[in-house]
Amino acid sequence: MTTALVTPEEPKLDHGIEENPVRPAPRFAWLIVLLASFAASAALFAALGFSIVGVIIVGYVIYLIAVTVTYSAMAGRRKGTDQLMRSLIYGAFVLALIPLVSVLWTVISIGAPAISADFLTKDMYGLKGVVDKAVVEQGAPLQGGALHAILGTLIITAIATLISVPIGLFTAIYLVEYGKTSRLAKSIRFFVDVMTGIPSIVAGLFAFSLFGILFGIGTKNGIAGAVALAVLMIPTVVRNSEEMLRIVPNELREASLALGVPVWKTVTKIVIPTAASGLASGVTLAIARVIGETAPLLLAVGVTMKTNVDPFNGPMNTLAVYAYNLFKFPLNPGYRDPSLERAWGAVLLLVIFVVLLNLLARFIAKVFAPKTGR
Amino acid sequence: MSIGQEVTNTPKPAPAKPVRRLADVIFAGTARSSGILILLVLVGVAAFLIIEAMPAFTADSKDIAGGKGFFSYIWPLVFGTAVSSIIAIVLATPVAIGIALFISHYAPRKLAGPIGFVIDLLAAVPSVVFGMWGLQVLAPQMGPVYKWLENNLGWIPIFAQGSTTGRTIVTASIVLAVMILPIITSVSREVFLQTPTLHEEAALALGATRWEMIRTAVLPFGRPGIIGGIMLGLGRALGETMAVAIILSPGAFTWALINSGNSTIPADIALNFPEASGLKLNTLIAAGLVLFVITLIVNMIARYIVDRRREFSGAN
Repeated sequence: MTTALVTPEEPKLDHGIEENPVRPAPRFAWLIVLLASFAASAALFAALGFSIVGVIIVGYVIYLIAVTVTYSAMAGRRKGTDQLMRSLIYGAFVLALIPLVSVLWTVISIGAPAISADFLTKDMYGLKGVVDKAVVEQGAPLQGGALHAILGTLIITAIATLISVPIGLFTAIYLVEYGKTSRLAKSIRFFVDVMTGIPSIVAGLFAFSLFGILFGIGTKNGIAGAVALAVLMIPTVVRNSEEMLRIVPNELREASLALGVPVWKTVTKIVIPTAASGLASGVTLAIARVIGETAPLLLAVGVTMKTNVDPFNGPMNTLAVYAYNLFKFPLNPGYRDPSLERAWGAVLLLVIFVVLLNLLARFIAKVFAPKTGR
Repeated sequence: MSIGQEVTNTPKPAPAKPVRRLADVIFAGTARSSGILILLVLVGVAAFLIIEAMPAFTADSKDIAGGKGFFSYIWPLVFGTAVSSIIAIVLATPVAIGIALFISHYAPRKLAGPIGFVIDLLAAVPSVVFGMWGLQVLAPQMGPVYKWLENNLGWIPIFAQGSTTGRTIVTASIVLAVMILPIITSVSREVFLQTPTLHEEAALALGATRWEMIRTAVLPFGRPGIIGGIMLGLGRALGETMAVAIILSPGAFTWALINSGNSTIPADIALNFPEASGLKLNTLIAAGLVLFVITLIVNMIARYIVDRRREFSGAN
């Protein structure tokens, strides 16, 4: 009471941290708890009938409870909560790895046997269900391949890249060098971001409608597919390029302009070469993003079993659509396995393309990056 | 004084005229018109969809698939799309935030880079791969789970009639959750890494444990980023086609989510488009238009939230 009169009441700090003290805990206590929990879970399932998934799930739950209790007892309740959250966060990471590993394992284990010289050099033209029956019943080698789909993927993606890179790059140049914070630049930036979220199938419907109105309804060809992919690709190219142009130091621009070099030459001779590695890796990532698109190509390009390298004329095939089509409509519905094998083989090729493009992007960004410092 | 007089005495030089070179004008014009072209493309997407969708809105309701008009055709699809996306968001968000925190605050510095790369790679895996994996690997695993749910929780309408094949909207949602994990993770990770170090150190200096530091400094700072990431993930889940088209065994609307049945707008389009003609084609394009409008709204909200965040982050 008397102290309250002398010193004003201490303001209550609301930093959300309890004042419960934390005591040190042994360093590897959690490891012992972890091993003990999984041992207990394994023992439990040994009595009930073994299941590896069950052991892991129950073991993890036991561990969560046990680690909270032990740490609370040893080092205080706050340390217990801390350890519980740490375990949940590590658990989330492991959980996310499961589908990734499972997907990659499935793709490689089923897809790899399908890939052969034939698979890479033949198409599916003229193949009948009988062929697959022979594969299953007499062990005949897998017939037909994905040549038409590989060519189609490369051609359509290349055209999409040719359309989107100039548009995307020039837009990025406008945003960084000219528009800056003008109202047009702001709205372009906003709508480019919104465009990133356009569902791929809507891009396909757009290309289909556009070509339907221009060339008669039902027109399906490679160019329509490339237009659909370009709609999906342009926003990525703009965003990546803008970021890269923005980090080019302003001193370089100013030095160039001060020497009387016109703006367009400053951009093409100074800014773009400086950012070249970043731009190239951004474009590579954008290609990786669209190369596996299925839905828009299914709508705008259609499906064919024959090799067609003329993007202006008639349907083509692409790896993703090829895989989807064989997976959904096997060549011989009675004997699905050969078709599934082809589908997984095509998907494996696609994943290899994507991983290579991603690695290439990293490589370009790292090796050709301008040397900084002096 | 004398200086001022000197200035007034000398004749004023005409302000230097900026030199206008033709090449400069052309270059600036090209850059500007590409930007405008992008806006036109977005308008074009809407315009062409509207033109091609019009017949479905004006047609006699008996001619639309199902025979009851466009509205009763589209609402079960909108329901399916919304339900699958929401389940996916609910499943993916906690895991994604966990991974983002793991990368930003728990993993050793040297590991953080490669882990980020692996997560980005997950984003680059084509959707058809996830669809095939979902049908061939995940769906058979889910069959027994659905049977168990039906036997134990079957009195709840959602868990009635568990499917044994696992080709249900819940399986599709789980795959969607895996597919949107990377986008939520990468947006959240970005904002977590931007947390002012001073805030973190202040919390630790007050004696906070690591989790308390995250709860009091990192999460409040990163909240708008998390919300933006969730909205972007939602936009992606709404538009995802192939995974749902492959996994789901589609059918009429039903509350039993662990049974086959239901469908989503993109899956419905992909499954019916190749054989469609005439008014059916217009109906599907109209469905696409509805999807476009929904995702546009979701994405605009998401971008608004994320961009508002960006303005604050300069102040650290």
